[in-house]
Amino acid sequence: MSALPREIRAHDGCFHCGLPVPANSHWAVEIDGLSRSMCCPGCEAVAQAIVQNGMTDYYRNRTDFAVTAEQGAALPAQLRLYDQAASNDASRNPDGMLEATLSVDGLRCAACVWLIERRLGQLPGVMAANMNVATGRLFVRWDPAQCKLSGILGAMREIGYPAYPFDPARHEAQLRRSGRTLGRQLFIAGLSMMQVMMYAVPAYLATDGTLESDMAALMQWASLLLTLPAVVYSAQPFFRGAWAALRQRALTMDVPVALGIGAAFIASVAATMRGSGEVYYDSVTMFIFLLLCSRLLELTARRRAAHALERLQHGLPDAAQKLPAYPASRDTVTVAAADLEPGDVILVRPGEPVAADAVLLEGQTSIDVSLLTGESAPQRKLAGDAIPGGAVNAGQAALLQVSRRAGASTLASLVRMAESAGQGKPALSQWADRVAAWFVAGLLLLAGAVFLFWQWHDAARAWPVAIAVLVVSCPCALSLATPSALAAATDSLLRRGVLILRPHVLETLHRATHVVFDKTGTLTMGKPVLRDVCLYGDVERETCLHIAAALEACSAHPLAQALAAAASGKRPNASELMQFPGQGIAGSVDGIPYRLGRADFVAQLSGRFLAPAGMPGVSAVWLGREGRLLARFDLADGLRDDAHDVVERFRKAGKQVMLLSGDQQAMAQEVAQKLGIADALGNQLPEQKLAYVQRLQHEGAVVAMVGDGINDCAVLGAADVSFAMGSGAALAQSHADAVLLTGRLEALADAAESASAAMAVVRQNLAWAMVYNMIAIPAAAAGLISPWMSGIGMSVSSMLVIANALRLRGGRKGS
Amino acid sequence: MDALYLLVPLSIVIVFAAIWVFFRMSDSGQFEDMVGPALRVLQDDDRGEG
Repeated sequence: MSALPREIRAHDGCFHCGLPVPANSHWAVEIDGLSRSMCCPGCEAVAQAIVQNGMTDYYRNRTDFAVTAEQGAALPAQLRLYDQAASNDASRNPDGMLEATLSVDGLRCAACVWLIERRLGQLPGVMAANMNVATGRLFVRWDPAQCKLSGILGAMREIGYPAYPFDPARHEAQLRRSGRTLGRQLFIAGLSMMQVMMYAVPAYLATDGTLESDMAALMQWASLLLTLPAVVYSAQPFFRGAWAALRQRALTMDVPVALGIGAAFIASVAATMRGSGEVYYDSVTMFIFLLLCSRLLELTARRRAAHALERLQHGLPDAAQKLPAYPASRDTVTVAAADLEPGDVILVRPGEPVAADAVLLEGQTSIDVSLLTGESAPQRKLAGDAIPGGAVNAGQAALLQVSRRAGASTLASLVRMAESAGQGKPALSQWADRVAAWFVAGLLLLAGAVFLFWQWHDAARAWPVAIAVLVVSCPCALSLATPSALAAATDSLLRRGVLILRPHVLETLHRATHVVFDKTGTLTMGKPVLRDVCLYGDVERETCLHIAAALEACSAHPLAQALAAAASGKRPNASELMQFPGQGIAGSVDGIPYRLGRADFVAQLSGRFLAPAGMPGVSAVWLGREGRLLARFDLADGLRDDAHDVVERFRKAGKQVMLLSGDQQAMAQEVAQKLGIADALGNQLPEQKLAYVQRLQHEGAVVAMVGDGINDCAVLGAADVSFAMGSGAALAQSHADAVLLTGRLEALADAAESASAAMAVVRQNLAWAMVYNMIAIPAAAAGLISPWMSGIGMSVSSMLVIANALRLRGGRKGS
Repeated sequence: MDALYLLVPLSIVIVFAAIWVFFRMSDSGQFEDMVGPALRVLQDDDRGEG
């Protein structure tokens, strides 16, 4: 149909995922008659599968690149485990079909949906495949006689979309159900509100006497009928909430809300029956509608958070190799990780994750806990050491004894913790609730007092005035002010890659006076880039770089990759390459032998020279040929692209930016200087960092800490609010209050700005609610406000509050 | 104005009919995914052969 969007067409990276293609790579797939280069074997396999299955249209119709494919994401043996589970759990239809809901990762655009549904449609035995784009769920129905769930999952993986059987026990399913009910209630309330408004307009517009009393009665009865569904069905959450609160002897916002709805409705019904007095149907329905709007906002934010968390949980392996007859026999069987019991012995091959918390039984190995702590260096483990679930075996095959069920393992419990945090209430909300409780109590007393006063003063007006007080003071604005603003901000942040784990984050971040970066690594990329080239000979800079890149083309060493990345354009080919581990590399380019590496290694070829003392944190790589030194490449950890911007934004916001680093003082100083950070302390041990932060706090500072999760739990925990950098798995930093999911530092500055904006909105909302109530309640008590005026005042004030909160959702869009 | 005595009750009936229809639609699950259909309609050969 349409041609590829320009940015995709003009791209020269991987045709499948858009990442740069490494030099000298040979991965390519023929698509539509053209050979397209791929960045990795994973993408190549996926693209190949797409073409072979006749779905090349995907590449024509897509509007975004696909997710980079992982190679061999799951082994067939592990996928087969799902077959058993599927026939146990999946609901079996009367006609013998199986059904399951899968959660799918990597959806990018419309073409993805087409690709998935079409590929599954090709599988024999698949009866239905429906992708729900909004929730990322795929519903499949298949004939167990013709195909298996593992086949479906395998086909999904083949085209690059890892899918996981969706566990309906998780609370996300429940969220969806409640979302459905809420959607219905909102619809009914909206419909009823609009209709009732229509019937109310004549009464508002008519001057005295022009509306016949018959007609007025008809309108009132019509309004009564249409308000009924809203009160009986849509307002259920408020009546339930109020009843639950009263049973616990608490006064929550639901109490006056329910009371207001109830009182206004009953008074209106009474007035309609009597045929005299004021009715408030329009106020009641609008009130219900607006309150439900704010609930829906909250629910959307919660659902999104649950979704992000669910994706994290996929970090846990699904299967394990169990040795049922250990130590007599070493035969393994593949079992589902969820079925492991404490005491089971499992085999973990190199590169595989550990399914549950376990103890190393024999031998020794090294494990990679980067998933759990962010620490990238493998840790050495001996027999008897505990190994956390989710860690990856980086050494040799190891026998482990399971110490805790997979469901209780470290990663799983952290995920659970984050879930519960999502349901907590920030202090500000709690404060608003407490104020609201007093407000409610005071209001009820006042309404009672006003009623008694008017009973004595002018008995006929006692009811209308008391109702007016209840309606006009409607705590709507108060009860909507905080939650709607916080929900909107949390939601917009999640979309920009900030997952908030503790409820207080927005509030505290806004108050923060100091932003402390806990590591040089949070500001740098963690891998070297070429910083400077020093020329010693008559060869040009570009040529030197090309020679170096050619020599290093096949090396996986980070320094080598940095050199290769720095050389642009076509590079010559090197021959006779010889690696000298720890020293450098030798080889010929265009027939001339070169050496690249340490000073003394290069000196053996080029003759002795005096190497200047290296700067801390900078690695010098020398290049020389026979009898001649050519160049020195200075490589150092590069700053993140967005680091400067972020520091600047924080400084503009009036927060003090600091760097506490375990690196050498000179290096910390250098990074700080480049970014314009005034305070930088190097050589800091974790205890020193902790003491420093505590001293700051003692002096009254509110400290926001940014770390990357390596050994910094204590200081992250001590800070008032803490952020962990890194991939989604960095959630495992149990002491961080929020995780930057994308690893972009910019998200941090976004978070700070959102926090300020959210707090500003909350303050505006609360201020408005206060001012409004302070004017409206006395006026209503004095009998100055007619009921319809109070209804309008209430509605307008609630709408203002919601609209104000909604500002937080839109606006700046994340990339 | 007398027409109103007929029209207003009629409007109530229509609203309740709308509510009934809405519940039917909601039960059939067509509000579950508000994004997907808009994307699918753009595909040329929806599930066709080829």
